[in-house]
Amino acid sequence: MVLDFLAYGFMQRALVTGTAAAVCCAMIGLYLVLKRYSLFGDALSHMAFGGIALGYFLNIYPIWTATAVSVSAAMGITKIRKSTKISGDAAVAVMLSSGLGMGVILVSASHGFTIDLFSFLFGSVLLTNVSDTLSFIAISCGIIATLVIFRKPLLHFTFDEEQAKVNGVPVEKLNYLFIALAAVTVIITMRLVGILLISALIVLPNITAMMMGKGFKKTMLISISLSVAATTLGIVLSYPLNLAPSGSIVMILVAMYVGTLLVKQMGLFSRKTIVQEIQ
Amino acid sequence: MNVLDVENVSASHNGTLAINKISFSVKEGDLLGIVGPNGAGKTTLFRAILGLQNYQGKIRLFGYEGSQYAALLPMVGYVPQKVSFESNFPATVFDVVGMGLLPKKKLQRGVALIQGCGCNWNRIFGESSKNTEKIGKALEIVGLEHLRDRRISELSGGEQQRTFIASALVKEPVLLILDEPVTGVDMEVQNKFYSVIRKINKENKITIIWASHDLTAISDYATKVACMNRDLFFHGEKEEFFSNKDLLKTYSESAMQMHMHNHSHEV
Repeated sequence: MVLDFLAYGFMQRALVTGTAAAVCCAMIGLYLVLKRYSLFGDALSHMAFGGIALGYFLNIYPIWTATAVSVSAAMGITKIRKSTKISGDAAVAVMLSSGLGMGVILVSASHGFTIDLFSFLFGSVLLTNVSDTLSFIAISCGIIATLVIFRKPLLHFTFDEEQAKVNGVPVEKLNYLFIALAAVTVIITMRLVGILLISALIVLPNITAMMMGKGFKKTMLISISLSVAATTLGIVLSYPLNLAPSGSIVMILVAMYVGTLLVKQMGLFSRKTIVQEIQ
Repeated sequence: MNVLDVENVSASHNGTLAINKISFSVKEGDLLGIVGPNGAGKTTLFRAILGLQNYQGKIRLFGYEGSQYAALLPMVGYVPQKVSFESNFPATVFDVVGMGLLPKKKLQRGVALIQGCGCNWNRIFGESSKNTEKIGKALEIVGLEHLRDRRISELSGGEQQRTFIASALVKEPVLLILDEPVTGVDMEVQNKFYSVIRKINKENKITIIWASHDLTAISDYATKVACMNRDLFFHGEKEEFFSNKDLLKTYSESAMQMHMHNHSHEV
């Protein structure tokens, strides 16, 4: 059978981990894109890079240091942004460069680039071991459950923060919770596509889904489906074709986006023509 | 029964004093029209009432302050001059109206606090109404039921504004604050809008505070009038305002200037 390689443990673990990360990214990503925080994922992942380098430097399991650094940096930046009114893109630039700067210093101070560090940059989903897979599943379930529980206040807060506040939504607490969830999502997605390609998984399935003209719930479900399909297809195809899974996933997402854009340009998604509207 | 008491309230906007020691009360069932030129502090006053703005002085809702005030705040419907949202936000009219719904516990707490004051307020929707029914009925009130599955971004300005009014109604407000809600909307929609607010004011005893530059609409629909320009110059019965020639002259001039100003922008 052509698909015999799917019986390999590493392949199954890759598919499970990939699907979990894809679902989380699509869900968190929709809110990020709509809040004009598209590059926030990139900034968080660069902070995580600094955190990983710190882990190697201090000889601590790098995932923990990466989580700690990106969550605290994200919280810090959110607070600074609120009190000093720095614009969102400037805050992202500060995080992005300070994370990378810290990482480069720590890498040069320790043993230079190692293969492990490389795998964090470009993803290494095929190298996921059993305990990583289990912890990623548990974390993903936590993220998904939290997003489902808070879906109504999150939607309201994303659409119009002030009205949400008047309605009694605890906007500030919700913002911190959301930022923390985004940071954790980035950490589990790093394994799938690497630090440098995380934005693709956060942004592409969502802007593709948003083009289809549906309501919020359907847009999120479409985005999750696209994200999971691209991840599965990317991992499955990358093995026989001997390609990097991360790049394959991202290019499939790009193809989906371009394809949808072309279909939309041809007018297939438009709901009603002017003639129908008049009738 | 006073729905709202504002006592000696001052607040700044971007470092300048926007409202200066304003005091007034709004009684149950009032339809209060607030007039004043642009920059008169109307929006700042509304934001202070809604807890979105720091201020000095006292504001009470149904006589309540502090945590009870905060618990009642979700029962206040607010339609700002303009709601700014991401242009391709994937939310349908139904989604946007649904955002106004309050969680059951919050609604119950608010209703209990209001009923504790012994006022005549009626809920727009029956106690056992399901959320979907409430959204449907709110859309019916503003005449948008045929657009419920359309994306909010595909609607005209007037339709969007009516959607936000439905979103303010769906929470079953006891007080509705409308900040120039029909600016830039055509006459037909304006008239529909005014008949809606009169209806809910009369039938459901929902108290309404409404900022407008349109003195004709105020004379047709408001029961009370307040005039402000950083300070409060008048607050009283509509008839009293319209029989005071000096006030009328000042505020119709400012309304006229406002009209001319908008017009020159349009040109």
